Amino acid sequence: MADIALNPRPARKRIGDVTAWQRLKANRNWLGIWFMLPTAAFLLLFLAYPLGLGIWLSFTDARIGRGGNFIGLENYEWLWGDSVFWLSVFNTLLYTGVASVIKFAIGLYLALLLNQHMPFKAIIRALVLIPFIVPTVLSAIAFWWIYDSQFSILSWSLKKLGLISQNIDFLGDFWNARWSVIAANIWRGVPFIAITLLAGLQTVSPALYEAATIDGASRWQMFRHITYPLLTPIIAVVMTFSVLFTFTDFQLIWVMTRGGPVNATHLMATLGYQRAIGGGYLGEGSAIATAMIPFLLAAILISWFGLQRRKWQQGEAND
Amino acid sequence: MASVTCANVRKSFGATQVLHGVSIDIRDREFVVLVGPSGCGKSTLLRMIAGLENISSGEIRIGERVVNHVPPKERDVAMVFQNYALYPHMTVADNMGFSLKLRSAPRREIDERVKLAADILGLTPLLARYPRQLSGGQRQRVAMGRAIVRDPQVFLFDEPLSNLDAKLRVQMRTEIKELHQRIETTTIYVTHDQIEAMTMADKIVVMHDGMVEQIGAPLHLYDHPDNLFVAGFIGSPAMNLLPGRITANGGGGFEGPGGARLPLATAPNGSTGQRAIYGVRPEHFSLADDGAEAVIQIVEPTGSEIQVSAKLGGADITAVFRERHQFKPGDKVRLRPDARLVHLFDETTGKRLNA
Repeated sequence: MADIALNPRPARKRIGDVTAWQRLKANRNWLGIWFMLPTAAFLLLFLAYPLGLGIWLSFTDARIGRGGNFIGLENYEWLWGDSVFWLSVFNTLLYTGVASVIKFAIGLYLALLLNQHMPFKAIIRALVLIPFIVPTVLSAIAFWWIYDSQFSILSWSLKKLGLISQNIDFLGDFWNARWSVIAANIWRGVPFIAITLLAGLQTVSPALYEAATIDGASRWQMFRHITYPLLTPIIAVVMTFSVLFTFTDFQLIWVMTRGGPVNATHLMATLGYQRAIGGGYLGEGSAIATAMIPFLLAAILISWFGLQRRKWQQGEAND
Repeated sequence: MASVTCANVRKSFGATQVLHGVSIDIRDREFVVLVGPSGCGKSTLLRMIAGLENISSGEIRIGERVVNHVPPKERDVAMVFQNYALYPHMTVADNMGFSLKLRSAPRREIDERVKLAADILGLTPLLARYPRQLSGGQRQRVAMGRAIVRDPQVFLFDEPLSNLDAKLRVQMRTEIKELHQRIETTTIYVTHDQIEAMTMADKIVVMHDGMVEQIGAPLHLYDHPDNLFVAGFIGSPAMNLLPGRITANGGGGFEGPGGARLPLATAPNGSTGQRAIYGVRPEHFSLADDGAEAVIQIVEPTGSEIQVSAKLGGADITAVFRERHQFKPGDKVRLRPDARLVHLFDETTGKRLNA
């Protein structure tokens, strides 16, 4: 021991001799950054850059084919006085509000139904997913036909039943068109909510229902006091997503009505696209798209604060 | 409070029958433990009493009322589940008061009864917590509190201690027994742990393969097992069961494995030469010069006693001594069972032969 202590091996470097590069290689925090770099680059390139560019464009008078000059808030000032823009805001809020509420109601009902024991459970669950799997453009085209002013199967069936005497003008009438596209959106959006809520329902321990049965709870009381409160975290998440998807919907509307008749179904997304790509006014289109951001942020914040209040599922072991 | 009667109760899941006609009488205020190995049907029976499973045939009565078709909430029973089944989104107080809230009891009455139950169980400082902030033992107590608050006719416990660690299990065992002595509600308790059954029960029901093997007070089952199953199931370490032949009845003997000669106080008349199983509990061996020769294999001192695994005529046996003998593996000893405490069972039917 003593000999070794007296003769330090010269080959071994002292701590101070380690190069900065070696230290970086060994540092766990740096290692973390190395691993995150590819993802970060991807996100920056494909999400942050387009978003930033879009916001920048909204402050310019860019048109297709020529770069724009910075014009400050002029695009927004112009939109502020534009009744079509405000109509699209109203349409978007109506579309999102009505569709989300109904999608939630039907989705929750379906989830509760699918959570029961029944024959062919797996097949039925798979069938429920179909609207979600079919490409949106295809289902939009199908709905376009269903709503066609001459060949609508709905009008035909109702006529055969003797309930109406002439075809319903689903997509030609102001309010008919609005309800029709909302119905199509609901049809498309329900499976996502139903399946996600079903997954949530399956995490609720059956023993809780047995305990509640013995405690004397009726079916409704079990739903009200057990199922619903335990489902609220997943409801918050799934409804946030649903609201975001619905608010930014584009495909269904564009295929079925292109915003018509007379802008009755124009959403902010379709109007922005029409102004930017159709009309060539990139700056103005970008301003419409950018105007969606506050609404989306509000939706996210509401669910964020809604989620935070659920103390029972958070990690506060000792308070 | 009420008595509970099961009369020839049967249960089938599809074509599989899991309970083959079970009859049990439980008196008012009695603490009855249903015990048996996994899959013996004891939990199913408990759930049938609770109303969580329907009854295929037979009759279950709580008090004087036949409850076969009475929904659980009208049976006035409270159940403590193995995994506690506490509502995770409710505080301890809300968990305990939930059943009263469902009955629209006045807020003040709920608070009073919750407080009373919390006092009994020492839960008062925890009333505002959520289940996930509690330890296993505390959760267990909340589950019991939820049952006490309701002041039911019958308490049902479904393996309530099996999720706890060993030390806590012993502690909660005492607490449950103490609780029963204090509030004297008829209690039916399911467990697979025969020690729990022995220590807690007024009356034990030993079940096996959907049938009742024996019903009786703990010590009665220990001293007079009716059959081989009960003999082997009750008691730890388990009873030694040695196959062999009765050599002479009326103060005769028993020829055990490898021709070992074992003493026998009584045997049924005319049973000489009959093949039988000779049962002797580990603590009923003593060292004696005229005992059967055994070779010691393993010595396990526990402090209060010494447990010895040995070979007796080729058969493995266990013996327990309170005295601190200095045994070593390989030692040859002469062991003599206490003839008065020997159990004799029929080799084919497993039924008890001696009185």
